Amino acid sequence: MKKEMLTGNSAAAWGVRLAEVDYIPAFPITPQTEIIESLSRWICDGEMDARFVTVDSEHSMITAAGAASATGVRVFTATSSQGLLYGFEMLYTVAGWRVPLVMVNVSRGVSAPITLEADHNDILAARDSGFLQIHCENCQEVLDSVLMAYRLAEDERILLPVFVNMDGFQLSFTREPVEIPEIEDVRRFLPQYQPKHAIFKASQPMAQGIAVLGGPVYSYFKYQMHLANRKGLDVYKEVSKEFERVFGRRYDAVEGYMTDDAEYLLIMTNSFSTLGKAAVKRARESGIKAGLLRLRLIRPFPDDDIKNALKGRKAVSVIDQNISVGKGGILYSEIAGVLYNEKDRPLLLSFIGGLGGKNISPGEFDFIFDSMSKAADTGEVPAPQLLYTEAEWKEMERLKKIAGKM
Amino acid sequence: METITIKTLKDLPPEENLLPGTAMCAGCGGLLALRHCLKALGDKTIIVNAAGCFTLLSIYPFTPFRNSWLYTAMASAPAGAQGVRDALDILIRKGRISPEENLKVVVLTGDGTAYDMGLSSTSGAIYRNLDFYYICYDNEAYGNTGFQWSPSSPFASKTATTMPGRIIPTGAELSKKNLFEIWRSHKPPYLATISPAHPVDLVNKFKKAEQFKGPKLFISLAPCPPGWGTEPSRSANFAKLAVDTGIWALKEAVYGEIRHTFIPKKFKPVEEYLKEQGRFAHLFKPVRQEETIRKIQEMVDGYWKEARI
Repeated sequence: MKKEMLTGNSAAAWGVRLAEVDYIPAFPITPQTEIIESLSRWICDGEMDARFVTVDSEHSMITAAGAASATGVRVFTATSSQGLLYGFEMLYTVAGWRVPLVMVNVSRGVSAPITLEADHNDILAARDSGFLQIHCENCQEVLDSVLMAYRLAEDERILLPVFVNMDGFQLSFTREPVEIPEIEDVRRFLPQYQPKHAIFKASQPMAQGIAVLGGPVYSYFKYQMHLANRKGLDVYKEVSKEFERVFGRRYDAVEGYMTDDAEYLLIMTNSFSTLGKAAVKRARESGIKAGLLRLRLIRPFPDDDIKNALKGRKAVSVIDQNISVGKGGILYSEIAGVLYNEKDRPLLLSFIGGLGGKNISPGEFDFIFDSMSKAADTGEVPAPQLLYTEAEWKEMERLKKIAGKM
Repeated sequence: METITIKTLKDLPPEENLLPGTAMCAGCGGLLALRHCLKALGDKTIIVNAAGCFTLLSIYPFTPFRNSWLYTAMASAPAGAQGVRDALDILIRKGRISPEENLKVVVLTGDGTAYDMGLSSTSGAIYRNLDFYYICYDNEAYGNTGFQWSPSSPFASKTATTMPGRIIPTGAELSKKNLFEIWRSHKPPYLATISPAHPVDLVNKFKKAEQFKGPKLFISLAPCPPGWGTEPSRSANFAKLAVDTGIWALKEAVYGEIRHTFIPKKFKPVEEYLKEQGRFAHLFKPVRQEETIRKIQEMVDGYWKEARI
């Protein structure tokens, strides 16, 4: 097996190439563009036997992707941020069509203000759409997750589209050594897509995406989607086991880092988890029993894994790299919901950081561990915190001065 | 390639691919046009639909079609057609389905979609020379939501959002957008206007279009009894009057070259078309809006003068 230095974007493209995808409708957007550039180049060079078409918008792109998938080909597409929101209507639509396409989202903060760097308001806006969501920490995981995503999506018990998410810049443009699997191994893990369910063809007329009248019919199909998505928790276990057997790498729905005896846990997602892991290591050196839980599978939400991982801890801090304006951290609320009925539940603290790619500094992590230990001592949980350093504040004051605002 | 044309109503294909029993309004002119279109297209088709009246043709678990159906969204039916067309081509090329499984891909939208929201995805599909049909049933308003003004609504028509009032007695102040010319600027292989009152002309246009690979685009006037304020039994008459007054020009454009396929020997005055429709009643009562009626007549005369027929 060969190992190459690949960006997250290249790793995603390699996953798509190895999955022997048939069809790629595309639309450029930073920081995703390198994925579709790589794929189009391989198709032009004859290294991939697929059709690539640039359409007029992400809305059209997702429509074309869903329609092609409903006609029985393996489909890939990718977007980011504004593009994801522009096509938002179609996310719900193609999920409702129950089509097993895979889409990479390269996370980027959402306008306004318009920006380029990562946070997760884009992908989490799509959390209720019906798509399954896998969030990645490193480039190898991106490639591997694309392969796993097709297995999940195409499983007859699921038949739903799947998102693979990575952070713009921190992952999309960062080179890491990535093992590129052999195509024979990939084919063993992910055989050619041969749908057994109805697809569009002359001998089998059917109506798809059809209107319904009345709540009971609507609810029936929505409940089916929900149950199929939840079924993904079991199927995910099978798929990850099979993946480990073939490729030797293991990806659980949630990843524990130094969690065995940990009293204080951070909960994070995506590439900033690496910062969190470094902070945990430092905290351990200064005698704090710290650990980190990384959520990889966001939909279906792995409730039981989270409950088990948090049992008996003194305090847990959710660091949301997103902000539900007017409420706070999205994942904090979801985790609080999971824990509410647990008898032995830890104190749960909320921090928001990393918006628009803002760094989370060692000092901020120290502050978070400090807050957890204080909460554990007093039993009082502080209000949700918006992370911002003094240096960042001073810089902002300077910029405002230049802008003539003070 | 020589195409076989039909001459009379008796020559219409007897097959019915759109069967009775739909939720459409009585006298729906668009439905009549679609019935003829599907006679010409046959049953090996997939209709890719955008939000509009015809979305309610297929309501779970019923469909009136012998062919397949995919409802997409309002803005992106042509992109849906792109996905289906590309997927079928890929599957046939890779030998995963037999060529007999191939389908004609047909986009079906109302004017609300065709004239505004869907233009981006339509322009993209025509530009990419996508091999598909597009049928726009043009009832000249957002009909499915209760007949609000659309960019296809004609000058001086009354809609739910252009009610003639004390300040604006004319109704719609803007003129109908020229979708035919917008589409024609892409120079598609085939583009035509059709009418449910001219089924022979309609079927022959589909037959002619069949020889071309690429976009084949049709705009059908679609009399709408509840919106137009007309008797359901008279929809075909109004479709015919629209042609006879010169308001609805029957024409085609092959790679952009226009030809009128039916020219009335003597044009009837537009007033004959306007006066019996509820949506134009304010032009005649309580006060006759002479200036406005004259302006409509001038617009029609101007069109035909420019067409140099």
